[in-house]
Amino acid sequence: MAACQAGVVQPKRSDMSEAIKTDVLIIGAGPCGLFAVFELGLLDMKTHLVDILDKVGGQCAELYPEKPIYDIPGIPFVTGQGLTEALMEQIKPFHPTFHLNEMVERIEKIGDPAFRVTTDAGKVFECKAVVISAGGGSFQPKRPPVPGIEAYEGSSVFYSVRKMEQFRDKDLMIVGGGDSALDWTLNLHPIARRVTLLHRRDDFRAAPHSVEQMRALVAAGKMDLKIGQVTGLEGEGGMLTGAAVKGNDNALSKVVCNTMLPFFGLTMKLGPVANWGITLENNLVPVETSAFETSVPGIFAIGDINTYPGKLKLILCGFHEGALMAQKAHRYVYPDKRLVFQYTTSSSSLQKKLGVG
Amino acid sequence: MAKIHFVDHNGETRTIDVENGATVMEAAIRNAVPGIEAECGGACACATCHVYVDEAWREKVGSPSPMEEDMLDFGFDVRPNSRLSCQIKVSDELDGLVVSTPERQA
Repeated sequence: MAACQAGVVQPKRSDMSEAIKTDVLIIGAGPCGLFAVFELGLLDMKTHLVDILDKVGGQCAELYPEKPIYDIPGIPFVTGQGLTEALMEQIKPFHPTFHLNEMVERIEKIGDPAFRVTTDAGKVFECKAVVISAGGGSFQPKRPPVPGIEAYEGSSVFYSVRKMEQFRDKDLMIVGGGDSALDWTLNLHPIARRVTLLHRRDDFRAAPHSVEQMRALVAAGKMDLKIGQVTGLEGEGGMLTGAAVKGNDNALSKVVCNTMLPFFGLTMKLGPVANWGITLENNLVPVETSAFETSVPGIFAIGDINTYPGKLKLILCGFHEGALMAQKAHRYVYPDKRLVFQYTTSSSSLQKKLGVG
Repeated sequence: MAKIHFVDHNGETRTIDVENGATVMEAAIRNAVPGIEAECGGACACATCHVYVDEAWREKVGSPSPMEEDMLDFGFDVRPNSRLSCQIKVSDELDGLVVSTPERQA
């Protein structure tokens, strides 16, 4: 994505090499996380950001890239994607580093304050402060509302493909009509014994050329396409043997399969935040409102994920929270420096940092 | 102003007076009608305000846009009369509309 050019995107790596040292680690690259880079940057703090999505922008990019936002101060109208791009442009001078497709799993306290943060890819960061700007939590695959599906998860039902080989010679049913469903249909059909693609209508959201390829395979008898919705699963001990499918004419039929890959989009789950030793309240992080610090000094929470009396889940509130957070974070990163409050309009030193001075 | 009747999964009906211009989802949320979640707040970005439009009203209410159809893919037990209630704008025309809520939202 073009908007990533403002920063460096680090490839995912699994070796436990040396820790990446930075001033502040930001968890979540949505609008509040991105603007936190700006506020921290003005105060000379370097940042790295981790996000579970493959792109920056959080909900703005994932849920409503084309939808309008009308309440960003001074910007009467902007789309989710437009706001993301503008923020990336605004934080360019501070060279943040992005670690996409990764989820923070662990935060350990190693100093006063200092933290060691580990991602699910085994990447390790050492920092003075952590900012949780994780919105509604992490985006994770949505579980389709099929009764009893939990019993098959991890053994016969999978929400993502990590190793294609796992599906060799399987009777595979792929459910969905978006790019994930179509891409995996095309990629897995050569190695699976048989692939059935199930979608509730004969119309697909996926890229037209993938749909064409799929239809050609169906026409050549190399895979099956079925229109309908799963109503139940059959099998024992976590091993799937088939799925009951209701067609749009309400006719019931059975698809024989031993593996199912449902692609029903993403939903937000709090995820590992609950294991980081900070106080939670109804799946939100309570903070005080002078610096938006959590129950653990040095760990801040801004944006939709925090809560305090009067909290509103608005992007503009998250921006304000980021500005105040940065003042307190400065004390942890530069305990001996005096912080002088300055305006970007008049301060030559701030303008130099922004590359406009 | 229009009267909208919400029939829940157990067959119980709740009737709400809704001002023109509001969406059926907004009317439900403001009046705490059960069975509608509206997780995304009405951006047509989820499928948790899914309703079934009474057959007698289907023509007046109209059919879903392509974007709404895409979102309905994520719904539970989607039927030919399924709509996302955040995409139905209330007008005098819809006075008396009957919608029912599904057994569960996605």
